[in-house]
Amino acid sequence: MTVADIANPQSPSLSLFTRLIKQLRKVPFSVTFGIVWLVAMVFVAFFADMIRPYGITAMDLRARLSMPGNPAHLLGTDELGRDVLSRLLQSIRVSLAIAFGATIISAVFGTALGFAAAKFRGVVEHLVLVLADFQAALPFLIMSLAVLAFFGSSMPLLIGLMGFYGWERYARIARGLAISASAQGYAAAIVQLGATPARVYMHHILPNVASTLIVSMTLTFPEIILMESGLSFLGLGVQPPETSLGNMVGFGREYLTRAPWIMLAPAVVIMVTTLSISLVGDWLRDKLDPTLR
Amino acid sequence: MTSPLIEARGLVRTYEVRQGMFGRMTPVRAVDGIDLKVMPGETLGVVGESGSGKSTLGRMLLGIDPPQDGQVIFDGKPMPKLGTREWRALRAKMQFVYQDPLAALDRRLTIAEQIGEPLAIHGLVPKQFQAARVAELMSAVGLRPDQAGRYPHELSGGQRQRAVIARALASRPKLLVCDEPVSALDVSIQAQVVNMLRDLQEENRIAMVFISHDLKVVRNVADRVAVMYLGRIVEEASSDVIFSTPLHPYTKALVSSVPVPGKLLKGRVILQGEPPNPARRPSGCAFHPRCPIAADICRTQVPQLLSVADGRTAACHMVAGVDQSVAA
Amino acid sequence: MLRFATVRLLRALITILAVITFAFVVLRLSGDPAQVMLGPDVPQESVDAFRKAWGLDQPLWIQYLAYIRAIFTGDFGVSMRDKASAMQLVIERIPATLQLTIPALFLKVVIGIPAGVYAALHRQSAVDRGVILAAIFGFTIPSFVMGLLLVLIFSITLGLLPSGGQDTWQHGILPTLTMSIGGIGILARFSRSAMIEVMGQPYIRTASAKGMKWQDVVWKHALPNAAVPIVTIVGFMVGTLIAGAVVVESIFSWPGIGRLLVVSVSNRDLAVVQCILLMIAATMVVSNLIVDLLYGFLDPRLRAQSAH
Repeated sequence: MTVADIANPQSPSLSLFTRLIKQLRKVPFSVTFGIVWLVAMVFVAFFADMIRPYGITAMDLRARLSMPGNPAHLLGTDELGRDVLSRLLQSIRVSLAIAFGATIISAVFGTALGFAAAKFRGVVEHLVLVLADFQAALPFLIMSLAVLAFFGSSMPLLIGLMGFYGWERYARIARGLAISASAQGYAAAIVQLGATPARVYMHHILPNVASTLIVSMTLTFPEIILMESGLSFLGLGVQPPETSLGNMVGFGREYLTRAPWIMLAPAVVIMVTTLSISLVGDWLRDKLDPTLR
Repeated sequence: MTSPLIEARGLVRTYEVRQGMFGRMTPVRAVDGIDLKVMPGETLGVVGESGSGKSTLGRMLLGIDPPQDGQVIFDGKPMPKLGTREWRALRAKMQFVYQDPLAALDRRLTIAEQIGEPLAIHGLVPKQFQAARVAELMSAVGLRPDQAGRYPHELSGGQRQRAVIARALASRPKLLVCDEPVSALDVSIQAQVVNMLRDLQEENRIAMVFISHDLKVVRNVADRVAVMYLGRIVEEASSDVIFSTPLHPYTKALVSSVPVPGKLLKGRVILQGEPPNPARRPSGCAFHPRCPIAADICRTQVPQLLSVADGRTAACHMVAGVDQSVAA
Repeated sequence: MLRFATVRLLRALITILAVITFAFVVLRLSGDPAQVMLGPDVPQESVDAFRKAWGLDQPLWIQYLAYIRAIFTGDFGVSMRDKASAMQLVIERIPATLQLTIPALFLKVVIGIPAGVYAALHRQSAVDRGVILAAIFGFTIPSFVMGLLLVLIFSITLGLLPSGGQDTWQHGILPTLTMSIGGIGILARFSRSAMIEVMGQPYIRTASAKGMKWQDVVWKHALPNAAVPIVTIVGFMVGTLIAGAVVVESIFSWPGIGRLLVVSVSNRDLAVVQCILLMIAATMVVSNLIVDLLYGFLDPRLRAQSAH
């Protein structure tokens, strides 16, 4: 496979900076938009505390269900007079934090299992494949609902649960790439140099498969956002007084007739965010890993 | 007489091969009872067609493929199990040069990093001297200092193979196993790399097992040559002797297939029949279906590898017969 | 072919067993069933009696086997809320769910596949762009947002359709639409790429080069070959139908399995939850199995092996 050439310059004569500028000129508008939006979302996630005008539970009882465009409450207020914009900013932070944490957990867990399957083969490999089959057989939403039914909902459980989303994808990729690397290629040569398995996997195989794994992460990340917001929408994910995008849509649904903006604001954020990630992800995939197209 | 650096005793390696889509698994003997010795600083050429088991033999000598039967003795001690700490430590003393250097190199690291890797793995050189040692190795294999920061795909095939050789030599091994080290290279480059290997081997007193299908190349480097056919050694002798007076009919065919300038093509022995398939091993002498002088005994009895003269062995009923009649 | 079918069947069984084991393990991890069933303020004697009656004093693996036996005889236990058989409760809800899922699947297939095929044959046309756009929305709009938007437009703003309940056939329109819109886009996009891939194959070029009529090339050569991957994704959609119903039924207060699941999860009604869990897993596994076998049947390369 053709691995990313980002780390190893094709033409050393051009400086990294010039090439970066050259690359950026060729970026289509939709991707630029996606990148800008995502940067804004990450900014919001980091600084939600500082930029939101009100506390998320601060009630302005004289201005309940006030319309958007109001100078005091740009996106209006909800049934308790809480500022929708403030709650939206906090929700972005919570939803992105969950999705980010879960994506990392899922990638690490899946890659580790995939490498283990490639390294030990035999029973371990069969076990991992059966687990992957199992994961594929049970729609993730249903499995999450069952686990939440049995254990009740809490933030660590939610992140942990979301961290199982898509692990089998990483496991399959990591296993396949590791097996092909050790069957004929450089990995076997490094084993023959006397390197420990840890060195072979961490120092050689992981950097070689990283770009493919990162591309998979751009696929998993929006799916986790949708999964978490779906659960929260059903009232089984993030619990009040904490708020997340899905949770806001869920509560806003009750006031759909009188105050659709409560639900529309987070809904638009969810859509534009997942759309941006797919646009940027598709573009990255083409750039980084032509084999996945 | 000094003791051998590496010694193989009765090595056997079989693979299970499925015949057809739903066929049963049948064992295939890739290496079928091989004995050999390599002295310190000596080069043994191993010659044979594809499917003769020569690559498997090379991997077994290094302990990458465990033998099903027999054993490998290195420096007087049996080969430790693959993947153990002892096996890994022993890698500093025995190294491998691959047929395809691009596949053997990590495409995400510069060649200097890769040449220095054995030093880091085995902790051979203090960190501050590593760069100097890498530079020394690079100049020894004929790479320019400015190529240190290059990635494998930025080098030519010959340069990559030089980098692989430099990496193999980094830990100052006592044994180098080269499996078709130049067959993937342009013919014009082949001689350069082979000559460089031979010079390095002589300078550093490294023992070498040089596996190749190409007799011209082997003749150039080997002190002694073992000819393999379907998993067995059929003839072994010093390089000069085997090329001037081959005894085994298979060796004769191989040697006469190498064109010699100024010599007519008359009298060449041309190999007939199918190339050997290890899954369908003929009875008796495995070579008999293609042998111009095969007799009845060749179809039923497996010839043993017997000493036919001082320091030379052959496995052929016809050759052994001649020898015995002379002795009688 | 027989060997292929056997291997697939075996894998399906192992997967079902894994799901059952998952349910058992999670059930046991979540707390003492005696405490859960009887409540916290019960004397120790009755807890012990309960344990004996339900075999909870037995070693774990015997409990595990008993659990598997119970499941295969359809005994999922009793709903804690209604004191009715969990299996019975779930079965009662199946028709309502099918009323939504079958029309939704039908819409996806009859709109999605033709639109995708048409788009593939008419690249850069309006339909082609529409398919790509629809697929993007299908992937990025979650069904709960889609459902609420439809309610906002058709029920609240236009006042055309009811927003919840199951009284008349009009009540079914919005939930069915919610379930199918995204899927139509995804299926259309998938059919489009399957068809484009097939149309690029040398045998298609050969067929048109030898003067075959364009319609015949499409119907006799391209479509049968594109059918194989399309059938796979349709089969996958069948498997996820019930899962997709969870959110939609909750939005529209539709009394099907999905809503029952959400309500049971909120009430921690474990018997009902595990019954639905296993049922959905079984649907998934069976539909995957059928797709695999169908795949084997549709793909001549696999069919040829059976002749051996």
